[in-house]
Amino acid sequence: MTLDIQNIRGEFPVLHQEVNGKPLIYLDNAATTQKPSAVLEALSAYYTQDNSNIHRGAHTLADRATRSYEKTRAMVREFLNAKEEEEIIFTKGTTEGINLVAATYGRKFLQEGDEIIISTLEHHSNIVPWQLLCEEKGAILRVIPINDQGELLMEEYDKMLSSKTKIVSVVHASNALGTINPVREIIEKAHKVGAKVLLDGAQSSAHLDIDVQALDCDFFVMSAHKLYGPTGLGILYGKREILEAMPPYQGGGEMIKEVTFEKTTFNDIPFKFEAGTPNIADVIAFQKALEFINAIGKPAIRAHEEELMAYAEEKLAQIKGFIPVGTADQKVSVISFLINGMHPFDIGMMLDANGIAVRTGHHCTQPLMGRFNIEGTVRASFSVYNTKEEVDRLCESISKIAKLKNK
Amino acid sequence: MSDIKQVQDEIIDEFTILEGDRESTIYYIMELGNRLDPFPEEARLDENLIKGCQSKVWLSTGEKDGKVIFKADSNTDITKGLISLLIRVLSDRSPKEIIDADLYFIEKIGMGNIIGSQRSNGLSSMIKQMKLYAIAYQTKLKV
Repeated sequence: MTLDIQNIRGEFPVLHQEVNGKPLIYLDNAATTQKPSAVLEALSAYYTQDNSNIHRGAHTLADRATRSYEKTRAMVREFLNAKEEEEIIFTKGTTEGINLVAATYGRKFLQEGDEIIISTLEHHSNIVPWQLLCEEKGAILRVIPINDQGELLMEEYDKMLSSKTKIVSVVHASNALGTINPVREIIEKAHKVGAKVLLDGAQSSAHLDIDVQALDCDFFVMSAHKLYGPTGLGILYGKREILEAMPPYQGGGEMIKEVTFEKTTFNDIPFKFEAGTPNIADVIAFQKALEFINAIGKPAIRAHEEELMAYAEEKLAQIKGFIPVGTADQKVSVISFLINGMHPFDIGMMLDANGIAVRTGHHCTQPLMGRFNIEGTVRASFSVYNTKEEVDRLCESISKIAKLKNK
Repeated sequence: MSDIKQVQDEIIDEFTILEGDRESTIYYIMELGNRLDPFPEEARLDENLIKGCQSKVWLSTGEKDGKVIFKADSNTDITKGLISLLIRVLSDRSPKEIIDADLYFIEKIGMGNIIGSQRSNGLSSMIKQMKLYAIAYQTKLKV
C-alpha cells in the first residue's frame, strides 16, 4: 500500500511553517513526534466541554470524562494486545514507568547479591533507576555488551544469566542507534532462570506492532508523546499477577480502598498505581493519536519509514566524510552519524539554519557513546509524515556541510 | 590599536553585511574560528576548561606590558568562532579596560538568536571568566 503522505502531512499543523527562512523539515521524531489536529482538537474539546475530575463525581460531566478516560485504557489494551484493561497503568512517561517498577517490584522482591541485567544500548532512564535500586539493596547491575554495529552480544547475555538474575530490563529499539533487539529470545531466556523482564518500548512502540502476550514480557513501558500523542503521559503494562503482588508506588487519593488513621487498604489495579488526579486531558486526547496510528496501520508506517531510511542511507554513504554510527541489521528509522573533522553541535546548528531539525549530543546514552569513544552523534529520525524530498534536502545539506572539512 | 568600542563597531558592521541570514552568519563565525591563533598545547589543561559550556572551551591568559593576553580554543568550530570575537575585543587590553567593557556588540549582532539559549549561557560563562582573569591581573599588577 502506498500512503498518501501529503494527505497525512495535512493533519499536522506544525509541519507547515518556515524555520530560519526555510520550510521546516522535522527529523527529530525519536525525541518526540508531532501531533495531528485530531489530538489538539480533543485536548481543546475536553477542556471546553467535559472538564471534571474522574471516578468520583456524581454528575454528568464527571461521568463523561470518566468514560472517556477509561476508553483510552481499553484502546491501549488493544494497542498492546494485553489480556486485560487492568494491566494498563497510566504514568507520566516511560521514565516514570521504569522508576515505578524499580521502586515497587524491585524494592519488594530484590535482595542482596541479586542481579539485574541491562544492556549497553540503554537510555539513562533505564540505567539510573536500577543503579539506585542496586545501591539500596546491595544488588548487582550487569550490562550486556554490543558489537561495533551496535548489536547485543547474545552469547555474553547467555553467560550472565543465572539463578541470581531477578530482573532483565532492556530497550526494545535503541533511541540513539535504532538497533532493534531480539527481545523474544531475551525474554524466553530470562524466564528460564526465573527473572522478570521489562521492555523499554519508548522507541519501538511507534514503529513495530507490539503484542505483549506474544512477547510474554512482564512489563512494557512507552510514552504517548512519541506516538503522536500528548507529552506528560506514559503507559506501563504489567502482568496482572505481578502488578497485584507489587506494593503501591505513591500514596494519595484514587489508589486507596479505605483509609483510617490506623490502616489503609489499597485499591485494585490499575488504580493502586494511579494516585492523585491523573493527566485526564492527555489520556483522553491520546485516543486520537491511537486512532491515527490504527487508521494507517503500523506495517504501512514502518514500510514508509524504512523506505525513507534506506533511501537516506544510500545517499549519505556517498558523502565524503560521512560516518554512520550504529549499523545494525535490524533498525527502526534512526540514522546516527558523524562527519569527519566536525563536532555534532556544529552540524546540528548548520542543519537548523537550513530549517532541518535533528538531535545532537549523547542522546541520554553516555555509556553507549563511551563504547564508541565518542561524545555524541547527530541523529536524524524519520516518521510517517516525512518525505523523500525532505531526505533529499537533508542529504544536500549534509553534503555541503561535510565539504567544509572533507575536500 | 582600536579601542574596545571601535572593535565592537567593526564587528557589528561585518555582521550587518550578512543581513541576518542564519546560514551565512554561522559559516562566517566558523571561518573566524579558523583564523584564531593556534592554542598553546601546554595550556590544554583541564584547569583551563571553562565551566558552563556544553562544548569544551580552553582559555589561557598571559600578561605583556601591563596588558592581558587571552588565548582560547574549542572542540567545536562555532564556539571557536564565538571566542575569536571575544578575543578580538578583549585581548591585549589593560585589566581596567576589560573589567569596564560593555560588550554591546553581542546583542547588536543578534547573537542570542543565532546561537540559541544554551550556547548563550556558554558565551556568558566565557565573558565572566575573562573578566575574572582581568580582576586577578589588576590585583597582581597593582602589587
